[in-house]
Amino acid sequence: MSDRHPLFKPLVFVGGIVFGFGLGFSHMARPEVVLNFLQFEDLGLPFVMFGAAIVSGIAFALLPRIRDAAPLTGDPYERRLKPFDRNVLVGGAVFGVGWGISGICPGAAYASLGVGNVTILWALGGMFLGAYLQGYWRSRSGTRDTVPAGAD
Amino acid sequence: MVTDPVLLQVAADLFPNGISRYAVGGLLVGLGTVLIYIGTGIPAGASTFLESTLSYVSDQSRFQRYVGSRDWRLVFTAGIVLGGLAFAATFQSGLVTSSLYEPGTTGRLYEVAGVTFWLTDVQPWRLFVGGVLVGIGTRIGKGCTSGHGVCGVGSASKTSLVGVLTFLTVAIGTAQIVAALGVSP
Repeated sequence: MSDRHPLFKPLVFVGGIVFGFGLGFSHMARPEVVLNFLQFEDLGLPFVMFGAAIVSGIAFALLPRIRDAAPLTGDPYERRLKPFDRNVLVGGAVFGVGWGISGICPGAAYASLGVGNVTILWALGGMFLGAYLQGYWRSRSGTRDTVPAGAD
Repeated sequence: MVTDPVLLQVAADLFPNGISRYAVGGLLVGLGTVLIYIGTGIPAGASTFLESTLSYVSDQSRFQRYVGSRDWRLVFTAGIVLGGLAFAATFQSGLVTSSLYEPGTTGRLYEVAGVTFWLTDVQPWRLFVGGVLVGIGTRIGKGCTSGHGVCGVGSASKTSLVGVLTFLTVAIGTAQIVAALGVSP
């Protein structure tokens, strides 16, 4: 995953800006708005998640038919599917409890900092702590994943 | 075209802030993902940043696996923060307006150097406890709302669809319980 082209990082940066701007515009960077959805007070959130999934889905489906590999990395355009196991359910449930308590998920938390929400540092600190605890435990328990989790 | 007033009322109840800001924002989130995918072939998600960044400070094997991608993940995340700032400096500050953007009334606004910033009213303990669980859960579950919800669902991955359904259902249940216990905001 080393840099294979001088434009690799600039493109990732621009992509991140558009991604973050979208999270700001859709108010997903505001925990209240997410919590309002989870309490059925404003059902707008699925338009964000599925709107984004439809746009990316079109690209994921079309690009492999147009070219074989990405210009900046030489990586093939392919579906990198994550294997299903019990962890998807367990992790999804733990994530769900956290999302339901805080109204915050990783991408939206970074964007939230950008819109001025310094209080979100509590959530970011928590996420790093949680990821560290999980990684520490996973490293100790010696159960290595067979497939490196791609790009979630 | 005559619009049914009952339908309008239902829409106003379910979507008090309209749907355009959500739909447009979602399209932009998807566009950001697509830009990166076109150039690099990487279906980028936001949560692996946690582990890849921890590899700078921890030599646990779990984090060292992400050494190769930590540079670009840092760049991606910096972009997301800057994208949020760009939104704050334009639409949130009222410098740019559009009929597609509904401002909303949550949280508190404050101003620094002519830019209107926004602060959440959600209590810090909720953010912290939720953050810890999000950090654990997304790493066990192999993805978050962007990795599973956008890239995974976009590539019609059954694993991601199950992941999204799981965390959506549990999150709705949790938020309902938290609200029923009288915790607000």
